[in-house]
Amino acid sequence: MIHLTRMILQRLALGVLTLFVVSVVIFGAVELLPGDIAQEILGQSATEQTVAALREELGLNDPAHVRYLNWLGGVLSGDFGRSLANGREISSLLASRFGYTLFLAAYAAAIAVPLAITLGVLAALYCNSIFDRLINILSLSAISFPEFFVAYILLYLLSAEHAIFPSIADYGSQASLGEMLYRTFLPAITLVLVITAHMMRMTRAAIVNLLAQPYIEMARLKGLSPARVILRHALPNALAPIINVVALNLAYLVTGVVIVEVVFVYPGLGQLMVDSVATRDITVVQACCLVFASIYILLNLTADVLSIATNPRLLHRGR
Amino acid sequence: MPTLEKPELQTPAQDTPLLRIRNLTIEAQTGDQWIQIVHGIDLDLDRGEIVGLIGESGAGKSTVGLAAMGFARQGCRITQGTVEFDGTDLLALSEAARRAYRGKRIAYVAQSAAASFNPAHRLIDQYVEGPLRHGLQSRREAEFSAKALFARLRLPEPDVIGFRYPHQVSGGQLQRAITAMAMSCKPELIVFDEPTTALDVTTQIEVLTTIRDVVRDLGTAAIYITHDLAVVAQMADRIKVLLRGEHVEEAPTREMLANPQEDYTKSLWAVRSFQTDAKAAPPDHVVPTIRVEDISASYRPGQMVLEDISFCVPKGQTVAIVGESGSGKSTVARAITGLLPPLSGRVLLDGEPLPPRLKDRSKDQLRRIQMIYQMPDTALNPKQTIRDVVGRPIRFYRGLTGKALDDEVRALLSAIELEPDVYLDRRMPQLSGGQKQRVGIARALAAEPDFLICDEITSALDQLVAEGILRLLDRVQSDLGLACAFITHDLATVRAIADHVLVMQKGRIVEQGPKADVLTPPHHEYTELLLSSVPEMDPDWLDRTIAEREERGIGISDGSAAEAAAPDDPAAALQPSDS
Amino acid sequence: MWRLLRTAPPTAIFGMLVIVIYAIVAIFADGLAPFGETEVVGFEYEPWGDDFLLGTDNLGRDMLSRIIYGARNTIGIALATTFIAFSVGVFFGMLAAILGRWVDQILSRLVDVMMAIPALLFSLLLLTVFGTSILTMVLVIAAIESTRVFRLARATAMNVVVMDFVEAAKLRGEGLMWLASREILPNIVPPLVAEFGLRFCFVFLAISALSFLGLGIQPPTADWGSMVRDNAGLITFGDITPLLPAGSIALLTVAVNFLVDWMLHRSSGLRT
Repeated sequence: MIHLTRMILQRLALGVLTLFVVSVVIFGAVELLPGDIAQEILGQSATEQTVAALREELGLNDPAHVRYLNWLGGVLSGDFGRSLANGREISSLLASRFGYTLFLAAYAAAIAVPLAITLGVLAALYCNSIFDRLINILSLSAISFPEFFVAYILLYLLSAEHAIFPSIADYGSQASLGEMLYRTFLPAITLVLVITAHMMRMTRAAIVNLLAQPYIEMARLKGLSPARVILRHALPNALAPIINVVALNLAYLVTGVVIVEVVFVYPGLGQLMVDSVATRDITVVQACCLVFASIYILLNLTADVLSIATNPRLLHRGR
Repeated sequence: MPTLEKPELQTPAQDTPLLRIRNLTIEAQTGDQWIQIVHGIDLDLDRGEIVGLIGESGAGKSTVGLAAMGFARQGCRITQGTVEFDGTDLLALSEAARRAYRGKRIAYVAQSAAASFNPAHRLIDQYVEGPLRHGLQSRREAEFSAKALFARLRLPEPDVIGFRYPHQVSGGQLQRAITAMAMSCKPELIVFDEPTTALDVTTQIEVLTTIRDVVRDLGTAAIYITHDLAVVAQMADRIKVLLRGEHVEEAPTREMLANPQEDYTKSLWAVRSFQTDAKAAPPDHVVPTIRVEDISASYRPGQMVLEDISFCVPKGQTVAIVGESGSGKSTVARAITGLLPPLSGRVLLDGEPLPPRLKDRSKDQLRRIQMIYQMPDTALNPKQTIRDVVGRPIRFYRGLTGKALDDEVRALLSAIELEPDVYLDRRMPQLSGGQKQRVGIARALAAEPDFLICDEITSALDQLVAEGILRLLDRVQSDLGLACAFITHDLATVRAIADHVLVMQKGRIVEQGPKADVLTPPHHEYTELLLSSVPEMDPDWLDRTIAEREERGIGISDGSAAEAAAPDDPAAALQPSDS
Repeated sequence: MWRLLRTAPPTAIFGMLVIVIYAIVAIFADGLAPFGETEVVGFEYEPWGDDFLLGTDNLGRDMLSRIIYGARNTIGIALATTFIAFSVGVFFGMLAAILGRWVDQILSRLVDVMMAIPALLFSLLLLTVFGTSILTMVLVIAAIESTRVFRLARATAMNVVVMDFVEAAKLRGEGLMWLASREILPNIVPPLVAEFGLRFCFVFLAISALSFLGLGIQPPTADWGSMVRDNAGLITFGDITPLLPAGSIALLTVAVNFLVDWMLHRSSGLRT
């Protein structure tokens, strides 16, 4: 067990290090920005004096590492600075938007994860049957579609042709949970379609990969039923890759919402980020990037730790 | 022990055989075509009888063995014939009905127990699965009988070993545990598929003894599949020889050994006759081609893989380096070639010290030491033609091009007995294992070396093919006067070709000397163990050896002492330990 | 070759057919399109009809012509990006596999960091910094995708590097170039070809996504992603015209994926 704890601690340390490096990269990217931020904000007509004053206020005259530490210190205490475009506090901007994005991602995940794993196991169980082939073709198509294509098809069918669901997914702050689920059904189902296909394929592949193992043949030769061979003998050994692909897709959900949010005019973090990129509101982009990247890294880290913890070779070491 | 009585005979018809296979025909898929690989095999087996299926690779032994359970691997299909088990044709049943037989009345023991146990579950859980699923015993009863069987198979700590995971148990113990698992439902027939092939000889003899005793005691019928004649001679009442999916001959064991009828069988029996006369060592003042002085090496600090290795390989002589897995014998080759620079000691080539690291050696030094590998499949680039493979060293070291290069390659191909016009432009996947190994030899010879290292070059090959390779090697060696280090675990090969023998155990040399001295008594203790563990063709060999050992108080151990640590832990495997 | 095609499943044949048609359309766009790429020929949002087979777009340009030109622009840019990503990824991947030790450590850790930031976000960040132009987008996406290619190239090359024939070549004293080009590369081509198909799909989808967000290929260049964006409003009125460029994207990626799936299936089937 000591060994296991040490491995997990190592992964955690590595995760923190990655977060740190990523924050440096995100901060550093802005340093590459050609021209002067203060000049950008104030426009070409500003006088040299006002530009200098703003530079002073933003701390732009400090050396890069000092500004990085200031920025990081602010981020850690929840202060992301101000928007260049409208001067608002970024943290308050993020707070309201973040809830929306998280809700949509959780909604989609709650449907997609169980669905994908069930379908994946079934496809592996009936490997090479008609059902397997059909599901292969369907899922392959689904992962090939751009998200906006899926989104617009759903929009066309379920909103324009048959007005079952609203085309704009904003639910306001007073909505009940049922109302929220109803209003965000279309964006959620778009995300479900996209990630289910991928997760399902990987689940199937992880199990099918194991079917050539001698211990699977042994299980069959013991006279076990196909379902038991898959569930008891293949699935436990396929856990690590399945956990990883689930984490990868959850992480993808958080970032993949960008497109879906734009299509359904959903007031989440993704929408904010796209708007900010268009106006080159660099501090907001920076903040969004950091938030998304942190979630992404944390999810992958969780998957890493879980797949270590479910590996019997690591769990039960020694004699 | 009430749980271990003989299996009940479930039908009154004592005169019908337990297993009756007729005209079994099996096809395998290669690419998009189905090709017949087993051509109408018949096999009969009485209750309590053990039949040995032998043949070289591609003979269809395993395929036939699995078909006895009504099972065909992925990519194979049974197209014709009947497999009657206790009067019922398994092939006519539904898959679900066949499952009722598998594990319960017919069980299977696989070649690699390490791969055949599910790494995610404890041994006991995998053991009880059969009796539980087939509705024979409760969990408690099954666990109880598991412990009894473990004890009977001489597994250490039978009461607790079942609660370990497969990776926590050594290879020899796993092989016994999987035998126990096969016996969990008291089957009437067990198919043993090369159950000891993956084990070292000193472990093999122990596993063989326990398997034979238990099978005999319980009166279980068995099909014993192996390529090793000496092993099958110990185990089987009757032997059936297969060749490329066809029946060759079948007879009771002693009759078959004494008087084989068919030419193919005779050639199999004759294989071990090849032997060269040992050449006397040259006088001391002659500088040997290779001198290894006090080499020590390790892969990671604190774990020595080699300690104080010293030996000489004189010109024209063959030094055999013998040892079991984990003995460090292949690491000697890595140290000499510079792939693993030794921590201390040095290697001299014709009296000149070699730089320890590969990088620091001159092209000429590299040329003079050439290596031939164990697995011909991975030793040759599958994307290259023979012309590329053999031509490259000639061009690289000697700068020959065009016609001169072509002539040289052709001459080498003729020397390794491959017709140049036919083979020159073939790629590796189009060659057989033996042909590939010949190409490997040609590639080494193309550099015009002084010293050849042969790392287990015959162990991946069938016996007949291996003998051809040994003869070829012997011929070119004496023609060219090469010094040769021959790394092997197989004592028969040592007898055949060595002039000088070096026995290694746990990274050290335990004994070395001229072949005659090392292979005739008195031996070093470990050499004795090694030598006496090699199965002989005599069907009484196993009984005799065990009796001798018991007399001298060695006895059969639980298999933990003879083996290195758990097989999946490379660090532990490199550092043998008495656990 | 013909034997190979005969054994192909219907999905793979469909894939090949679609790819060939797209290639023809892209190459002969000038001859096939009834109107010019940026030519304003009618009123805004004209319906489907005899003059304009698929109607006109938000600025009154012929939809069909723009879809045809879009094939050339979108596919061309995606192909170029994939080529860059591949050259960079395969080169460094093989280098890391052969040299090992610190070279491998540095390259692998660098890639780890780049892969720790989600691809779409990373490209958004870089596009904000460097501004939105086709060249920046191509370079940014190529850089991001090359990390994925690096991983695969390194992993497959690693499997070959441990083979005895590579050791034999090292013992012979062969240099880096020989090892890479003669011993290793020929053995990792099949998985890389399949990967090229997959990467192309990813690149193609990424470019379309950025263009759809208005951050990729800029007007007036005809491009399927931005065409969806420009005309998306029609959907809510029950007009499927904006689905056409989106469907064009989907059809091509489906086709490539079907083909790649078959190739992967074949190579794995032959291995066993």
